[in-house]
Parts: sequence; structure tokens; C-alpha cells
Amino acid sequence: MLKIKDLAVNVGAKEILKGLNLNVNAGEIHAIMGPNGAGKSTLSHVLSGKSGYDVTGGSITYNEKDLLEMPAEIRAREGVFLAFQYPVEIAGVTNVYLLKAALNAIRKHKGLSEVDAMDFLTLVKSKTKALDMDEKFLYRAVNEGFSGGEKKRNEILQMAMLEPQLCILDETDSGLDIDALRIVADGVNALRSENRAFIMVTHYQRLLDYIKPDFVHVLADGKIIKSGGAELALELEEKGYGWLEQA
Amino acid sequence: MSANNDEINNLLNQDYKQGFVTDIQADTFPVGLNEEVIAKLSKVKNEPEFMLEYRLKAFRHWQTMPSPDWAQLNIDPIDYQEISYYSAPKSKENAPKSLDDIDPEILDAYKKLGIPLAEQEQLAGIAVDAVFDSVSVATTFKHKLQEVGVIFCPISEAIREYPELIKQYLSSVVPVGDNFFAALNSAVFTDGSFVYIPKGVRCPMELSTYFRINASNTGQFERTLIIADEGSYVSYLEGCSAPQRDENQLHAAVVELVTLKEARIKYSTVQNWYPGDKEGKGGIYNFVTKRADCRGDNSKVSWTQVETGSAITWKYPSCVLTGDNSVGEFYSVAVTNNLQQADTGTKMIHIGKNTKSTIISKGISAGKAQNTYRGLVKVLKSAENARNYTQCDSLLVGDKCGAHTFPYVEVKQPTAQIEHEATTSKISEDQLFFCQQRGLSPEDAVSMIVNGFCKQVFKELPMEFAVEAQALLGLSLEGSVG
Ligand SMILES: Nc1ncnc2c1ncn2[C@@H]1O[C@H](COP(=O)(O)OP(=O)(O)O)[C@@H](O)[C@H]1O
Ligand SMILES: [Mg+2]
Repeated sequence: MLKIKDLAVNVGAKEILKGLNLNVNAGEIHAIMGPNGAGKSTLSHVLSGKSGYDVTGGSITYNEKDLLEMPAEIRAREGVFLAFQYPVEIAGVTNVYLLKAALNAIRKHKGLSEVDAMDFLTLVKSKTKALDMDEKFLYRAVNEGFSGGEKKRNEILQMAMLEPQLCILDETDSGLDIDALRIVADGVNALRSENRAFIMVTHYQRLLDYIKPDFVHVLADGKIIKSGGAELALELEEKGYGWLEQA
Repeated sequence: MSANNDEINNLLNQDYKQGFVTDIQADTFPVGLNEEVIAKLSKVKNEPEFMLEYRLKAFRHWQTMPSPDWAQLNIDPIDYQEISYYSAPKSKENAPKSLDDIDPEILDAYKKLGIPLAEQEQLAGIAVDAVFDSVSVATTFKHKLQEVGVIFCPISEAIREYPELIKQYLSSVVPVGDNFFAALNSAVFTDGSFVYIPKGVRCPMELSTYFRINASNTGQFERTLIIADEGSYVSYLEGCSAPQRDENQLHAAVVELVTLKEARIKYSTVQNWYPGDKEGKGGIYNFVTKRADCRGDNSKVSWTQVETGSAITWKYPSCVLTGDNSVGEFYSVAVTNNLQQADTGTKMIHIGKNTKSTIISKGISAGKAQNTYRGLVKVLKSAENARNYTQCDSLLVGDKCGAHTFPYVEVKQPTAQIEHEATTSKISEDQLFFCQQRGLSPEDAVSMIVNGFCKQVFKELPMEFAVEAQALLGLSLEGSVG
């Protein structure tokens, strides 16, 4: 589904990614771990098409298409979803309005008609409930006055509604208490399917206790310096990243 | 991170869709202004003697007045001798007697603007007075309104047909010498709408005037007078547009509203005059005096405005809350883009006891535009327990524009309660990227955020207008992100 080859990215004059390789197939869950400032969010942003990043080398293909050629909104409509590390607030725009607009934009891209208003409400209410969110959140402005944990849950609600193919979760677990973590993990697990893939950026083993990854990668100094199975995360928890970086 | 700001600015650069010119035969006065011109104008309009006197008095007063200090606006001096004060489409008679007498080109022009005047196509539930340059060309549903005693006609007709109402109410809210433009308007106004709602009548449909400036080098000086007699209600809509021309055109209107005991007027405007091009060339100078007098106890006036057009807007729809328990409301969205300048706001003058006013102002600036809110809340000694709530929010799109807020408060009555809240926010790149990441185009994202920002005001507009206003905002912001 996703093939990242020798990806090199600068921000201004600073090299951040320096030849990163990663292959993700449908149905897989990849965890990306690594020290602060290693370039994990940069990778997430480059995959989702945020401006301000200069791709100086390499390529990314997504479903056999050149991902880097696509504007951000086309990537989204083609199924790339980013759950943000720092979700933004939008005053005056209700959650339910945003969800409907986003869903319809994606449906239109797929050649489907606009979602029926009643069907939409039924769907959004059931997803809200599944994430243990009060329905009132639907009618509040996007993330405005939400706690850190509520914002993260709201990202997962959007993911559940839009049913993307490639889900990128950038530190979705940070700032969640243990109950919220379980709810978010349940939300992600419910979305697992053989034609959907996940890239989960995280610092902590505890998320991986709930969502078992197929692969764990360590991103440091702009590259994947080590890849392994779920057991690599446990090793990292024990030893930190130092032993890898020196190697 | 200027890359995205440039994109935002591009999104805002849309084309003006109402900029066409209608090719018709017109009777137009040569440019220039003096007492003879005024006499000629009064004669063309077949006015009774008292109107000529009224106009000349206004003109003489105007000549003594200095032109206003331009507040926050940058403006070249206007040469009032270079403007023509009258332009009317030529018709078979002096005034068209029926729709058949109207030049088909004019009917077509209104149709293009979405205001069909022809009998079979008229908008359901809305009576329209169409003002083309200096004259009213058609008023629809007139007879239906007459059945319930509502008078809705061009003001020039009211001057001839209802001189007593005119004498009693004209300039009773905005005195002739009130300000420079009001004095000029009183001297030279050519047409506009007149509304009288009799006692206890709830006007059965929305009344609407559509102003269109077509001729070049003419000013439009229209005059609107709405009287809501005791216990009556009316909702009135005002729309406007003008062709795209390189030179600036002057629009100096006066609108007076009077509510007697327990009467209510809801006045909504969607202003979309030609704003000028991206370099700031051309566009309408919109200098308007709008004022309501809540003369009777328990009466109420709501002003709702969506201002997207004009090169320069200078207007402060105001309420004089004379009657006890009277209520004034002002809901405003002002969008400025490119080199547009807007200086708008309201005045709420509390005179009666327990008077209440609400001000909700939403200013949006993009490009290099400047948007100023200027408001005055004045509570006189007599206004015991007066209350005001003011909320001014500014939204900046890009980093080359400006928003300014000047709330003035003068309180002479210690029991008054005045509340003020103000915010300034920016559409950030992060918000735009977030929306794009959810599948929305940048245009739709900006439009969604802006509409969200304006929601409090849009919900005050009549249904049809709310839809139009949203579409207009979408257009105003179209092209601002790449
Ligand atoms: N917009 C930016 N301007 C300058 N430096 C940046 C910018 N974004 C990220 N960086 C730098 O790039 C490096 C990687 O950042 P990031 O991808 O956020 O790391 P991570 O998510 O792994 O903690 C850091 O050193 C960070 O300071
Ligand atoms: Mg990060």
C-alpha cells in the first residue's frame, strides 16, 4: 500500500529525514518509536501533505500512485488520515458540521452521492457512543475548550467516521489517562481490517499493550535504524534508544 | 511561513460577478451641483413646492459644512462638481406605468441579479422595489399590500401621494444638517423606498429594495423612510450592486426608521457594491446614514448587515432608544479584501427607561484590507436601568490586513449596565491544513471557518438572505487559497 524509498526532507536548511525506507502493506500495524526531535511528526506531515517541508530526495508511492504529487486534500480523499499530535481548535464550526463536510468531500471524490442526513446522524451518534463521548461534543465547536484527552478522542472519532485506508496516529496516546487510552485503543482495534493499515507513532509501550503491532521501527537521526517485531518495543522500554544510536 | 499566506490571499481574490453594464438610453444631467440643478431635479420629479424648499435648505446648509474627517480611511478628496446628480432610464412616459413599459434590458439586468420583476417570475413572499440609478423602475405586489393598508412605493411617489406623512416623518430621525452626507443626500436624493405599516398590521410579506447603480459618473443618493405605526411589524431587506468601472462612484444614502408604540422593524442588508479591482482602482464609495428612532414604548429595531462590497464603506446603522423598554439590535458581518476599507459600527443612544441594546459585530479582513469597528453606546441621564451588551470579533486571513476596534461608551446614568467583549483571531495554516487533511479543499475550508465565525449574525437574517449571504461570503473568499 505504502512504499517510502530513501526519503530525504529538509525544513529550511535543516536536514531532518535522511534516507528513510519503509514499506507498509494493507492489514499491517507499524509502530514508530524514537527520541524527541527524531523526525516522527515530520514523517507524518510529509505523508499527509503539509506544506513547509522540502522533499530533497526519494519517493513515496501509495496504492501505486505518486503520493508526493497529490495535494493534501486529495491524499485525504484517497484514504490517508492523520490523527494529529496537536489537534487544532476551530471556533464557530461544530464537530458535526465538519464531519459531514469531510465525509461528503470524500464521498464525492469516490463518485458517491451526499450522505443522507438521517443516516449520517445515526452513524455519527453510534460512533460517538462507541468512543464513550457525550453527544454534546458533536454540537460543540471543533476542539474548542476540549481537554487534551477529549481532543485525541475526537481525532479517533473523525477517523472512525471517514474510514481511511492508511491511518497515521501521531502520539495519540500522549496525555491520555489509562481509561482514555483503553477507549482510544478499542476505537483503533475496531477499525483494524485486512484492507486498512496503521502507522502509530508512540513513545510508550503501554499503547502497544492494547494495540499489538506487527512491526516496530526505531526512527533516529532521520532514518529507520532498527526494525523488528512487537518484542523490540519491550526491549526499547527496558534499554532506551541509546544502545541503538551508538551502534 | 508565508507560502500558505500567499495561498490564502489567492483564495480571497475572486471576480465580482455583478459587474456587467446594461446598455440603455438614459436621461442624465450634466455633472455639477448648484441651486438650479436642484430646482431642475425637483421639477423632473414633479415634486410639491415644500420639497424644493426642503432641498434648497439642505443644500445651503451642506455648503457651510466641512467634509468629514476620514476616520481610519484613506481616501482621495471627492469633487462634487464632477458628479451627475440624476440619471434615469428613458421610458415612454415619465414613469413606467406597468412592467410592460420598462425597458426589457432593465428587466433583464434584474433577472441576471436574481431579482426577476416580471409578474409570472416574481419571488414568492417578497415584494421588491427596484431602483435603477436615480429612479425606482418597478415595485411588485403593490396591490396585494394595499389590501392590508401597507404602503410600499418609491419615495418620489410618496412625496406626491402622501405629502402629510412625508412632512411629518422625513428628516425626523436624521435631521437635514446631521452630517455632511445626510445634508447632501437631503438636497439631491432622487429615489428610494417608502414604507408605512398601519396600526396593528403585521406586514404579510418581506419588503425588499434592490439598488443598482448602472450609469457612470453618477452618484446614487437614495432615501428610504420606513414608518411602523403602533403595534405593527415589518421585515425589510436591502440589496445592491453596481457594474465594474475604473472610476470610483459615490453612494450616499439616508435611511430613516420610525417605530411607534410596540412596533417592530427588522432591517437586513446584504451590501455587495463593486469593491474595486485588486490594485484598488474603481469601486463604490459607500457613505450611508442609517438611523432608527424607537419612538414608542416597547418598540424594537434590529439592524442586520452583511457588508462585502464597496471600495470604502463608512456606515453606522444606529438606534435612538427614545421609548421606555425599547430595544435596539445591531448584527454585522463586514468582509474586506484586497485594498477595501470599511469603517462601520453602530450607535445606540439610550434615552428611555429600561432600554436595551445588543451589538454583535464580526469583521473579516483579508489581503491588505483594513476593517474598523467603531461603536458608541450612550446612556443619557433619563435612561434608568439601561443595558447594553457588545461583542466585537475580528478574523484575520493572512498577515497583511488589519482589524481595529473602537468601542466608545458614554454613561450618564449610574444604574446602566454595559458589557463589552472583543476577540481577534486568525485563520491559521494549521487550521487550513487540518481541514485539508480531512478532505476539504482550501476554499471550502476558509469558507467553512468564516461561516462558522459569522453564524451568530447569519441566524438573524431572513432565510433567503442567509443563503445568499453565505454564498456571497464563499465568493468573496474564493481564490484566496491555491
Ligand atoms: N517548522 C520547523 N521549523 C524548524 N525546525 C523544525 C520544524 N519542524 C520540525 N523541526 C525540527 O525538526 C526536528 C524533527 O521534529 P519532529 O518531526 O517534530 O520530531 P518528533 O516528532 O520525532 O519529536 C526537530 O529538531 C524539530 O525541531
Ligand atoms: Mg512529534
